[in-house]
Amino acid sequence: MNETLVYAVISLSAIGVISAIILYFVAQKFKVIEDPRIDIVADLLPGANCGGCGLAGCRAFAEEIVRSEDLSKLNCPVSSRDAMKQIAAAMGLEAPERDPMIAVVRCSGSRVNAPQKVIYDGALSCSFAHALSAGESGCPNGCLGLGDCVVSCKFDAIYMDETTGLPVVSDENCVACGACITACPRSIIELRLKGKKDRRIFVSCVNTEKGGPAKKNCSVACIGCGKCVKECPYDAITLVNNLAWIDFSKCRLCRKCEPVCPTGSILETNFPARKEKPGEPEIVAEKTEA
Amino acid sequence: MKTFKLGGIHPGENKLSAGAAIEILPLPTQVCIPVSQNLGAPSKVVVEKGAVIRTGQLIAKGEAFISSNVHSSVSGKVTKIDSVIDTSGYKRPAVYIDVEGDEWEESIDRSQDIISDIRLSREEIISRLNETGIVGLGGATFPSHVKLMIPEGKKAEYLLINGVECEPYLTSDHRLMLERGREMMIGVKILMKGLNVTKAYIGIERNKPDAIDHLLKISAEFPGIEIIPLKVKYPQGGEKQLIKAVLNREVPSGKLPIEVGCVVNNVGTALAVYEAVQKNKPLIDRVVTVTGKSLKKPSNLLVRIGTPVNQLIDFAGGLPEDTGKVINGGPMMGKALTSLEVPVVKGTSGILILPENESRRIPVINCIRCARCISVCPMGLEPVLLAQLSENQVYEAAEKEHILDCIECGSCQYTCPAGRPLLDYLRLGKNKVGVIIRNRGKK
Amino acid sequence: MNLLTVSGSPHVHDHQNVKSIMYGVVVAMIPAIFVSVYFFGLDSARVIFISVSACLFFEWAIQKYLLKGALTINDGSALVTGVLLAFNVPSNLPAWMIIVGALVSIGIAKMSFGGLGKNPFNPALIGRVFLLISFPVQMTSWPIPKALFSSSVTDAITGPTTLGILKEGLNAGKTVQELMANSGFPGYVNDMVGAQGGSLGEISAIALLIGAIYMLLRRIITWHIPVAYAGSAIIFSGILWLVDPTRYIDPAMHMLAGGMILGVFFMATDMSSSPMSPKGQIVYGVGAGLLTIMIRVWGAYPEGVSFAILIMNAFTPLINKAFKPRRFGEVIIKK
Repeated sequence: MNETLVYAVISLSAIGVISAIILYFVAQKFKVIEDPRIDIVADLLPGANCGGCGLAGCRAFAEEIVRSEDLSKLNCPVSSRDAMKQIAAAMGLEAPERDPMIAVVRCSGSRVNAPQKVIYDGALSCSFAHALSAGESGCPNGCLGLGDCVVSCKFDAIYMDETTGLPVVSDENCVACGACITACPRSIIELRLKGKKDRRIFVSCVNTEKGGPAKKNCSVACIGCGKCVKECPYDAITLVNNLAWIDFSKCRLCRKCEPVCPTGSILETNFPARKEKPGEPEIVAEKTEA
Repeated sequence: MKTFKLGGIHPGENKLSAGAAIEILPLPTQVCIPVSQNLGAPSKVVVEKGAVIRTGQLIAKGEAFISSNVHSSVSGKVTKIDSVIDTSGYKRPAVYIDVEGDEWEESIDRSQDIISDIRLSREEIISRLNETGIVGLGGATFPSHVKLMIPEGKKAEYLLINGVECEPYLTSDHRLMLERGREMMIGVKILMKGLNVTKAYIGIERNKPDAIDHLLKISAEFPGIEIIPLKVKYPQGGEKQLIKAVLNREVPSGKLPIEVGCVVNNVGTALAVYEAVQKNKPLIDRVVTVTGKSLKKPSNLLVRIGTPVNQLIDFAGGLPEDTGKVINGGPMMGKALTSLEVPVVKGTSGILILPENESRRIPVINCIRCARCISVCPMGLEPVLLAQLSENQVYEAAEKEHILDCIECGSCQYTCPAGRPLLDYLRLGKNKVGVIIRNRGKK
Repeated sequence: MNLLTVSGSPHVHDHQNVKSIMYGVVVAMIPAIFVSVYFFGLDSARVIFISVSACLFFEWAIQKYLLKGALTINDGSALVTGVLLAFNVPSNLPAWMIIVGALVSIGIAKMSFGGLGKNPFNPALIGRVFLLISFPVQMTSWPIPKALFSSSVTDAITGPTTLGILKEGLNAGKTVQELMANSGFPGYVNDMVGAQGGSLGEISAIALLIGAIYMLLRRIITWHIPVAYAGSAIIFSGILWLVDPTRYIDPAMHMLAGGMILGVFFMATDMSSSPMSPKGQIVYGVGAGLLTIMIRVWGAYPEGVSFAILIMNAFTPLINKAFKPRRFGEVIIKK
């Protein structure tokens, strides 16, 4: 009986010692020397690996910060400003001030505004539907409503509105990582300045067709008439390919463009209601083809 | 009986219009001719608005290596150069022509005489095919003159002519072989001269016995051309499958048929080649099958390029009440149309009208891993795995699993009992992998 | 006019869906159901009824209250699991045990992995093995079937299965020939038609073969797994039998006795838990055949089909990775 005990103890100890020796040499051979600051920075990052910084995950971002020792080009859009400052402090660097951004869906082609012309029956993937045909409304640029952006969002910040069939970005959850922008095959989503009190003005359309064909598919399409361009006192609006675009770095949110848009494709968010002006109804002028 | 070995399915044939002789569709009042109808670079418009043009006149010139000329299919006045919704539902540039009379270019021989003497040299044949804008009429619309230019270091041994028409419903090639077999055979001879080969095989599936008999009868006049009857199996019309079936040669993965010494052309292309070389007639019309179970008169029509699809349907008895889907091409590989004003293009082999109860897919449920998609895949791929990788956006892994070998025949989705959109995801994956590979080349 | 539908090709379908496949399997099992009712009386109908209703109920309840998904009891897969579970238990099993088995089959082996098509193991076999390990006495006391052409059902008398007789006898030092000459031994003909002790669905080789032919003709199953499974089992047991016919059972008896035919055609071919490529299916079948005979000959249990199939189920993902189908054009590219 005692003998068994002794043998067991001896053999187990021997195995332990041999394993320890092997492990020691293996550890020596495969040792990776890493800058300890990478761990510090990585701990301060959100760890969602969303790719919003343009690198392959949070660890890669931390490595890049430590390697380049420069924060002017590197920014984690997901981290709060304080978190970036903490990272800067840990690195002994200066974090540049950045205004918060948000993803904006530039399409108002809801089921009412852009009525269905054909039935799409296939894989629930915008990328595929985009490659297959122009989509149910016929608008070659409009939202397909199959939710590639919703799938791509790691922060639960986009959901599909069942009644309109369009995606909605949540002001609170969106961290402007840009995943949905890459996911959208039609480049409908854009990162814009979040704005004070979430107030933003933007052209909610990306259709580049001429006025006539654009209107045919969607009642709220930008027809490229250029009225807003003339109206803007700050030269913030440009018209390219029959499509107006408001430069958010120049826009002062004066709200002069929205009323002149004949199709209502310019949207304002979170502004107080306008004072009703009892005037004659706006005459909707459509741009003639030329 | 010869056929290809790996995979394959046998969908219901439904060749409703097999007995309908080719009829000539009356000229429409307006045609709309898209200027890029072929695989490759778009062509450049060479006519202006208001110009009066003749049938067969050049209206768009292909300038890149893989591109081809487009000719006017009617005579009349160019009303506008604008865009038209094509088969994909997107807008493409097109020339609109109001039809006035039918004045042909004088250089075109419009007589019915069959000219069997081939006077042009090999180089002349190639340049003639380029001038007349001949493209593959099987559906892929690859410019024919490019196919005749064999790359350096390769040698063509055989010409294969695809008379398989493995797509259900379609009968245009069948009728064409039956009614214009002799002209088609001369076209094959011309292609053989262009390729500098002495042997050609015409593969025809056994469900067209009359066409096989007819061609066997006249093939005595054409030494070097052999008719090969094939077992009915889809997708035998795929060039790799056809080569395997006829010659038992396997085109290596990622390579073209010329790798095994073969060039494949469609019977419709052979006829167009005959007309181009012997009659100097550009590609301005083609045979289109208009068919469907609810359609009054399933027909085979000789149609000028640019005629709106709804005119073909009207001629065949009008659009049925219960229409749910209109397809440009066959049911396995055709494209569903978003509008009936789409013009007939060089690649339109048929217009298929499906009733509403057949136009929706079966409900999608979980994959039950029955592996039917694997057993029917003619390329020996694992569609279920590829579709999954593509759905989860792991495109690099999909590339390693050879997603680019997929020929998009649709057998997997046809057979999937869970109704999964396998081919949808395979197509998406192929697109994305293609982009990844191109970007890799840039770096 | 209706709105046109737009979708990617293909625009036609061969009209076989999951439901038609599942009901096809049920149809294939009908002969075996009749045989079991003939030999074990209404008791076997009772077991099948309880098992099927319990499986359907658990599928419905879990889908509705736990997973909150669309209704899936119509797809027929729970029905198939129910019948197969019943086929794998003795006809005198108490109702509550059958219900527990159904809960394990549907709840643990199927729904917890995500339902239809996601289960790595055959749900009915998991249920059976769970019952076998938890209630070994009840699961191995088999009612004696009535004699082939007699009219009375022998109630409440239990006896061993064909394989059980052989295993016990061999362990006691007797030879195969002595045991088979015994009067109580069912013999080849009885094993073929079903007059042997055993789980209620496995007794009749003929009835199961009729169902198997139906499934093969309707292309619900392919030949690869059954042929590889039965082939390897026959070859392996044949080698042993040639080595010593007194100690090892002959291949024909191996095929007819126990759950071999049921396992080969109905259990091993379960789509979700078997490999996908033809090559992989053959490897899987060969493995299951070898394991079955190994367990039967050297294992503690007289029967090895369930364990063999479950073990091979565990290898399925690995087999899927290792044995890819032959690609078109790949042979030439290899140098």
